[in-house]
Amino acid sequence: MDLGFEVVSLGPADHVEEGEQAPEFTRPLVDDEHWENVSLSELTDEGPVLLVFHPMAGSFPTTYIWQELVERGLEEVLTVVGVTSSDPYAQKRLVEARDMEFRLFADPANDVARSYGIEHDLDGMAGISEPRIATFLLDTDRVVRDAWVSEEWPEFPPYDDVEAAARDLAD
Amino acid sequence: MLDPDITLYRLHACPFCERVVRALDAHGLEYRSRFVEPLHSDRDVVKRISGKRTVPAIVDENTGVTMSESANIVEYVERTYGGDGA
Repeated sequence: MDLGFEVVSLGPADHVEEGEQAPEFTRPLVDDEHWENVSLSELTDEGPVLLVFHPMAGSFPTTYIWQELVERGLEEVLTVVGVTSSDPYAQKRLVEARDMEFRLFADPANDVARSYGIEHDLDGMAGISEPRIATFLLDTDRVVRDAWVSEEWPEFPPYDDVEAAARDLAD
Repeated sequence: MLDPDITLYRLHACPFCERVVRALDAHGLEYRSRFVEPLHSDRDVVKRISGKRTVPAIVDENTGVTMSESANIVEYVERTYGGDGA
């Protein structure tokens, strides 16, 4: 982002890399009607998955990210799911507000982000952390085929690259 | 512990707000963070103190100053607490 001043740097994260198998997890997966425990491998067993780590539901970057992904219509190509440290009620309101086909994992303890090496402690909100903004493209063996993790706060995904990699893998 | 003199009204993930945080931290200043809503029209708490709904905004009880706009605030912090000014 060019704002005329230096955006706060988070530095590189020691995150799960391309070629590695993505850590398995089970969390409530939320749509506009209900939620239930779903594991990541249940999703990758069905086809490639774009795993999108986003800030808490209600924050402005989250609104922008999902607006952009909805516009790109990636649900026709592969499974797109979000993850953040919001509870299922907040995630459900996000799905409803954005009127989206995508489902969102709720991980209030932020353990999933921790296992991917992308935990972000929030200044001024004691005891609360959320994931860095990040995308992981997974094949049906849950192997990471494309990974992007933000290094500034905030920094948005390179949507064109993420979409191209997703469409390539899905073909 | 005494309440800090400086209150920062900020928005989660707002780069302009983080810019002010960095300036306050650089001068070792204590401040209290109050987080407001992303939706501009829901920020009456900010309007009540500064007359505007924009963030960041700070209130500095030490000097009686209330101000908005990150560039202005950073300049104010430098001028007031930077170098030998403090």
